[in-house]
Amino acid sequence: MLVLALDTATPTLVAGVARWSADLGVQVLAERALPSGNRHAELLTPTIREVLAEAGLRMPDLGALVVGLGPGPFTGLRVGIVTAAALGDVVGPVHGVCSLDAIGDGARSVVTDARRKEVHWAVYDADGQRVAGPGVDRPEDAPVTEPVVGDVRFTERLGRPVTAAEVTTAGLVRAAAPLFDRPAVPLEPLYLRRPDAVPPAARKAVSR
Amino acid sequence: MTAPLVLGFETSCDETGIGLVRGQTLLSDALATSMAEHERFGGVVPEIASRAHLEAMVPTVHKALSDAGVGLGDVDAIAVTAGPGLTGALLVGVAAAKAYALALDVPLYGVNHLAAHVAVDELEHGRLAEPSIAMLVSGGHSSLLLVPDLAQDVQELGRTIDDAAGEAFDKVARVLGLPFPGGPHIDRAATEGDPGSITFPRGLTGPRDAVYDFSFSGLKTAVARWVEARERAGEPVPVADVSAAFQEAVVDVLTAKAVRACRDSGVDHLVIGGGVAANSRLRALAQERCDAAGIVLRVPSRRLCTDNGAMVAALGSRLVEAGVAPSGADLGADSSLPIEVVSR
Ligand SMILES: [Zn+2]
Repeated sequence: MLVLALDTATPTLVAGVARWSADLGVQVLAERALPSGNRHAELLTPTIREVLAEAGLRMPDLGALVVGLGPGPFTGLRVGIVTAAALGDVVGPVHGVCSLDAIGDGARSVVTDARRKEVHWAVYDADGQRVAGPGVDRPEDAPVTEPVVGDVRFTERLGRPVTAAEVTTAGLVRAAAPLFDRPAVPLEPLYLRRPDAVPPAARKAVSR
Repeated sequence: MTAPLVLGFETSCDETGIGLVRGQTLLSDALATSMAEHERFGGVVPEIASRAHLEAMVPTVHKALSDAGVGLGDVDAIAVTAGPGLTGALLVGVAAAKAYALALDVPLYGVNHLAAHVAVDELEHGRLAEPSIAMLVSGGHSSLLLVPDLAQDVQELGRTIDDAAGEAFDKVARVLGLPFPGGPHIDRAATEGDPGSITFPRGLTGPRDAVYDFSFSGLKTAVARWVEARERAGEPVPVADVSAAFQEAVVDVLTAKAVRACRDSGVDHLVIGGGVAANSRLRALAQERCDAAGIVLRVPSRRLCTDNGAMVAALGSRLVEAGVAPSGADLGADSSLPIEVVSR
């Protein structure tokens, strides 16, 4: 089956197409990882066009879509999810996975930048199964175990070495593989935080 | 030959609007709103609005399609609000529209929200006279525009220098203890009040003031001071009278400036749009003054004055018809998209 995978949960936009089979696993046909920062909305659909063209595929050739549901900065995260939802509405089905599941391999902890001096984290066992997380905490409080992969800028505050790793197409497709035989479910972003909003206090006088 | 079917996406604030238009015919106008979730915050919370857009997107597209009795495969072009508006909210619509355009292999038009407020009137009242003067008043904007060609030439004559007109309604409603959004509540309260009972200031109406600009911040403060003085004196606040007098001050300035813009520009057609155009006193006074000045007034029905997807589809349809080039593949959102940019 041909699969289009997308992720916008981190500042690196990931789009790739892969062939997946239960016997042979994942074979990535074309992939882009763009350090697009906050330009995910501008760059995502052109990048999808590029990877499809490079793989010699068209939208209707796809058997499934996979998208990272985060956690990640909300605005960028939504770009990937709503893109996948809309594409999936036409060529479907679309499966969502935790973006951290698509970073690294095997026994590991994953950390990414959650902004506000916090990290998104998750812990995986030797089979690559997530056993804790995803969570959002100050690095000092994140219950990670070595080896740690992900955003190397947190090495010091974690007090542990971090090996650089990012979301990959293969990681997204592998994480979604158990879902391929099941009916797709609605995509729920992993926000992990409530919106910042406080009801206004009592009206302030403009005069006194 | 039938005109192309245009699917429009609007997510610049708290309404997820998806509309379908063929030519100048409105086929459907589906709307999901997160307004109730913002009420207790006294204003639209951008993150809450953005989350709601994502949830509502695909279901609202399908509501629009089924209301119109068409399928995704029938769509010939897509239009989406590219700005101005709340960045995070705009981006959900832009990303969705780009994805549908890619999957359906149809052209995409990123359009200006303000121009779309003008275009929607064509769905009810036919082709716009060009040039027209347009006044757009809502919680997010207050602009006077000269529209020589809605598809590619819209010029700004003036705008608010502080609060939007709708914002002033919200803030005064809060002072009066009325719920958010304030517009409909003040409109209702005002029907029982005397607009002449209190004289509130008319912003930017002095001889040396910018002729087409608006200011509502001073008015809002004047109302708050007046109410506070009453409260301090231990006297009851006449909510109906304050509402009527405040509303009169707003609509007096708006209509006077709009008529002045028509006269100065030698234009005899005025279109009013935006959420505040739903205000009954604004509609009545605008009609009165336009009649007296020999100006043809066009105001969309209340349903189409507030943000919706049909207005975006209506402008998209105009662009297709005019042969304007579709947007580039790298279309994004611009929270402060200037009105001169009708599409990008
Ligand atoms: Zn608007």
